[in-house]
Amino acid sequence: MAIPKDKMLEMLHSLLLSRRFEEALTELCQVEGKIPGMMILCTGQEAVGAGVCAALRPGDVIITNHRSHAHLLAKGADPKVLMAEIYGKRTGCNKGKSGTLHLALPEIGAPCTSTVVGAGPPMAVGRAFAQQYRGEPAVTVCFVGDGATGEGSFHEALNLASLWNLPVIFVCENNCYAGAQRLEEHTRIENIADRAAAYCMPGVVVDGNDAPAIYTTALDARARAAAGQGPTLIECKTYRWRGHGESDPQHYQPKEEIAAWRARCPVARMREAVLALGLISTDDLSAMETKVDALVREAIRFAEESPYPEPREALEDVYA
Amino acid sequence: MPQLTVGQALNQALREEMTRDDTVFIAGEGVGVSIHDNPMLPTAGLLRDFGPRRVRDTPVSEAAIAGLAVGAAEAGLKPVVEIMFNPFFTLASDMIVNHAAKLRYLSGGKSAFPLVVRIKSGAGFSAGCQHSHNLEAWTAHCPGLKVVMPATAADAKGLLKSAIRDPNPVVFFEDMMLYFAPGPVPEDEYLLPIGQADIKRPGRDVTVVTWSRMLGVAFKAAEQLAAEGIGLEIVDLRTLAPLDKETVLASVRKTGRLVVLHEATRTGGFAGEVAAVVMEEAFESLKAPLRRVTGPDIPVPASPPLERFYIPDAEQVITAVKDIM
Repeated sequence: MAIPKDKMLEMLHSLLLSRRFEEALTELCQVEGKIPGMMILCTGQEAVGAGVCAALRPGDVIITNHRSHAHLLAKGADPKVLMAEIYGKRTGCNKGKSGTLHLALPEIGAPCTSTVVGAGPPMAVGRAFAQQYRGEPAVTVCFVGDGATGEGSFHEALNLASLWNLPVIFVCENNCYAGAQRLEEHTRIENIADRAAAYCMPGVVVDGNDAPAIYTTALDARARAAAGQGPTLIECKTYRWRGHGESDPQHYQPKEEIAAWRARCPVARMREAVLALGLISTDDLSAMETKVDALVREAIRFAEESPYPEPREALEDVYA
Repeated sequence: MPQLTVGQALNQALREEMTRDDTVFIAGEGVGVSIHDNPMLPTAGLLRDFGPRRVRDTPVSEAAIAGLAVGAAEAGLKPVVEIMFNPFFTLASDMIVNHAAKLRYLSGGKSAFPLVVRIKSGAGFSAGCQHSHNLEAWTAHCPGLKVVMPATAADAKGLLKSAIRDPNPVVFFEDMMLYFAPGPVPEDEYLLPIGQADIKRPGRDVTVVTWSRMLGVAFKAAEQLAAEGIGLEIVDLRTLAPLDKETVLASVRKTGRLVVLHEATRTGGFAGEVAAVVMEEAFESLKAPLRRVTGPDIPVPASPPLERFYIPDAEQVITAVKDIM
């Protein structure tokens, strides 16, 4: 079945926006004093968020991790409040409390970005439990990296989600590296999706740089979950173009390997796909790119012009 | 007023809150069908009366149990999850310490996590140190958590009901040796505010600040000292976080002497925090140095004479009191 045009264009827009957003961050974090703290990017992996989130409906929830920017933008986050938060400004989505690593946007169904590796799955189980408990027709998606599948909490969560038939989709964004470790250095498993068999749930491998393929896979998993047929583990095979963080010199990543994966760029592939299918004219594509560029520039302007929080605001928001 | 044990009072609190609010659910290892099946335990009969939708036996998966609570609470449910023994808190601690306690702050106040983690704690049944350990000071050290540790049946009921209704994550320590201790318990809507200490016994000469099972030890010491004309004022903290400084300070300003008593080990124990607050804010009232009576800095041993050595007793309290009189 062909993917509807509006979904294809939604994914294209999401890919372009995430890429442009992170290209801007790549430059901005090099400027002394501009962006505080770590900078962890998902450049090259944007198809996962774009494809999965295009398959979701209002009311569905995502729980994300370190490499959250593409997930959040694909789920509908306003680039301005994300950028302001990354800058540490009061107008950020979390008033400067979270920074880039813990962006929380409950208002768009993205209540938690946890950077404790493997912490997302147990919370996703809880979120999906609430959906099931209330009889909501909604599902929860949990994005994890390949490294997270080495945590005990990942396995506890998959077991419980399966046991209770919870409406949850575990999406493993296998980018070939957990920190400086290659996949084969941290597990004997070739396909993370094979771990699903241990929990009696479907495990599906998909090309993690192919947004339409990810969308179709996620749509099936969503239908299963919403129909009360339980969780699915989707493994998206992709690649981390950047280091673990921007301070990582990537000495352990062969240059040829990076080049080979860059040649499979998910953004370029999506652009070519929609053009080949005649879903967009070159003029309209240019207009979309111009618009995305303007969105990111506006987000940066908003962040830079926004005030920092007052120091004593640090004391607020601990207790409800 | 009806007499109930602490276990029965907790059971009544759970029943009342589950009846009142459909968003309250119970989960944990053996909260439905239990290897410790006993009508005096807090979750006895709940599965029979509320059914498997709301009383969820889980696999042996503490991280998943605590994560279940965090995720469900964010969605607006009111989970009450159980950690079977206090040492197993370590397995759940990432979800409680890094998530339940911090996610509201990280959201800039957008999210709330109205969950209760009931932890069965305390020594006294010769189970050894992997089933007996009092880790309340760890949790009180985590901003974002509230920490409750009741000593009487009435307080157990009133505080658990308040904990379930609280919009924040509450760690609720239940000393297992108290489950069978009876006391008068008000019926129906009995709620006690979290963060309020209680003067369980007024006295003139020495303030004893304590909580949970050590309240009984303080009383035993108070009775013996009363015969010698020494009056102990016993302050039951009930809540460690937030700490009711005012009640503690007012008592110390009255008596001028302080002993802090807890079952947990000494170094880094919560007595140190109580002592520091008093030194900072009521130093001028102290007539003598304060004293701590605590478990020694050892894991809880298994053999009965060793375990009895570990658990603070009335004699140690009496010695400390006389030392500063």
